Amino acid sequence: MITDILKASVAASAIRLATPYIFASLGETFGQRSGVLNLGVDGIMLLGAFAAYYAVFETGNLLLGVLAALIVGMLLGLAMAFISVTLQAEQGISGIGLYLFGLGLSELLFQKTVVTPTPIDGFPRVNLPILTDLPVLGEIFFHHNLLVYVAFALVPISAFVLNRTTFGLQIRAVGQNPEAADAMGISVARVRYMTVTLGGGFAGLAGASLSIALLNIFQSNLTSGQGFIAVALVYFGAWRPYWVMGGALLFSTVNALQLQVKTIENALGINVPSEFAVMAPYVVTIITLIFASKRVEQPTALTKPFERGES
Amino acid sequence: MAIIRHFLNTSKLVNISLNITLLLLAVGAALVVGSVMIMLMDADPVKAYQALYEGAFGTTNSRAETLVKATPLLFVGIGICVAFRGGVINVGGEGQMIIGALAGVWIALSLDTVPRFIENVPINDFPQITVVTLSLLAGFVAGALWGGIAGVLKAYFGVNEILSTIMLNQIALQLMNYLLNGVLLDPEQKDRVNRIPKTARIEEHAKLPRIDWFSDTPTRLHAGLIVGLALAVVVYILLWRTTLGYRIRAVGQSDRASRYAGINVKRQVLYSILISGGCAGLAGAVQVLGLQYRLQTDGSAAGFTGNAGFNGIVAALFGGLHPVGTIPASVFFGALLIGAQSIQREVQVPASLITTLNGLVVIFVVSSQIFIKRLTKRRASVPPQPTPAAPKSLPALQEEAAK
Repeated sequence: MITDILKASVAASAIRLATPYIFASLGETFGQRSGVLNLGVDGIMLLGAFAAYYAVFETGNLLLGVLAALIVGMLLGLAMAFISVTLQAEQGISGIGLYLFGLGLSELLFQKTVVTPTPIDGFPRVNLPILTDLPVLGEIFFHHNLLVYVAFALVPISAFVLNRTTFGLQIRAVGQNPEAADAMGISVARVRYMTVTLGGGFAGLAGASLSIALLNIFQSNLTSGQGFIAVALVYFGAWRPYWVMGGALLFSTVNALQLQVKTIENALGINVPSEFAVMAPYVVTIITLIFASKRVEQPTALTKPFERGES
Repeated sequence: MAIIRHFLNTSKLVNISLNITLLLLAVGAALVVGSVMIMLMDADPVKAYQALYEGAFGTTNSRAETLVKATPLLFVGIGICVAFRGGVINVGGEGQMIIGALAGVWIALSLDTVPRFIENVPINDFPQITVVTLSLLAGFVAGALWGGIAGVLKAYFGVNEILSTIMLNQIALQLMNYLLNGVLLDPEQKDRVNRIPKTARIEEHAKLPRIDWFSDTPTRLHAGLIVGLALAVVVYILLWRTTLGYRIRAVGQSDRASRYAGINVKRQVLYSILISGGCAGLAGAVQVLGLQYRLQTDGSAAGFTGNAGFNGIVAALFGGLHPVGTIPASVFFGALLIGAQSIQREVQVPASLITTLNGLVVIFVVSSQIFIKRLTKRRASVPPQPTPAAPKSLPALQEEAAK
């Protein structure tokens, strides 16, 4: 009985904690499918998290918070697009630059405005008629805040856009064979600008989901590297939205287990050092990358800037 | 790898002066953005930068602190030069520093405890030079092996090194947290209720000596800086005066051409990240032996490294990916980081301003490479050159490889 309740609460929090990963990695998937690696996701998440937190802190309006995060994220995505598409800068290194920028600026703004981490009233859990009252299942699936549902809804939407629409076809063409796409009259730069800007917006939402829905607080380095994980999840999920979601759930499950490590130890009578529990998903990711890189083709033009008449 | 190629392609003197100009412009631009941000925070940028300068260079102690801060950046940065020149984007400096520090502190502590098992050998029998050298060596080797994991994964399994090094950073952090709560925990902390996860303090004979001959008042400047300066020269020689260095750079410029020339590309990739990781590992060991005298964790990587694993990349880029150029670059960024604290004190602008500006410097530096590319292209295309560079370099590569 105890273990049943435990399982339910772990599963529920795993689903909740997957939210930021799903937002950020779906956005990154769009960018990478079109051939742009944005390694600055963590920096965008931090600034998005701060923007959302600050908006809610000042006004109490949650939608305004989401909007602020979305706009900040898209602006930073636009900047990244300019750097990587127009200026053709090395994407891995400029991403690190963007990360440091976001890390520094979010802390700077926080210390200049709010100073001490003050909890806010974030997105409340939604109570659905009937569904929420279902035993076990209700707790696991139907008792979350709104952003959780938005994130999961974006998975099929993203898959549909990527696989079944003209825009998706253009994205894949630009990432796979930019020369051919260019010859077909698709503007490589325009598509990449759109995907990277969109990815930035998603990363902003990922930040918001942390600061105004999951943790309801802001502090220095709130994301503690989740944005980097999100980038890895895209490789992990082989650039497919559903697989990416699977990877996000794997990570969040381990995170959820880790939160309850003491309870689990007591319930099952085993003793696993929490450090190894935290380490596990990273090890799993590396192992998966080993197998994935052999079998799954990455977008051919990933990290390669496009210029007509070259190569 | 466009950026690395453009550091190399152009004719040397033009290239160097162009690069330096662009680097200075990049920093200038970052400082201008910084001024605007300071003004937005209702502070006087002139006053702020004055405070920064005073804080970093105003007194003997602040100059020493600047150099202390620059030391890990220098080590990591030198390693980054090797990796980036070899076409490997090593962003695992944080993890490699941690592993290097763990190995270093472990050797430093165990060379202290081992003699207790041997009859009639007092502890002092291990001379300082032996203990310090062995500990530093352990740091280098451990950092190299940690980087080497990513190297093997890249060379033989095709795993993107940016991702694997980021994963390895997190794994290293958890390893440190685990060991500092377990086998490496200070014996004094063992019985306490609220343990502080830290190692015992290392003995006198395991410490890198302080450099105190230039001032009457003691500062925290330590011999690690001298080790770093020596390492810069060694790595410079390695990269430009040895076959190994030549091959690493050849692979970084074009792995396809290198393969045609008979260079074992995979092996060079592995070598460059081994060296790079070793330098970062050394950075970690030096922080312990020269400065902190113990390893302590607050649960985050930055708690030990102070973000040096990332800031070292900034220093290396600003040093033109040249080990010797990385020396002034490290001092510059060390000064920024130290000066940031006085900005916070004097004009109430948070020290995180400097992290923000560091990020901008990186972005500006890598973005400005396109101008070099454009200029190079124009120069190459206007007068039709009788001997294009690529065919000429191939026999040279073959000759080198045959040696």
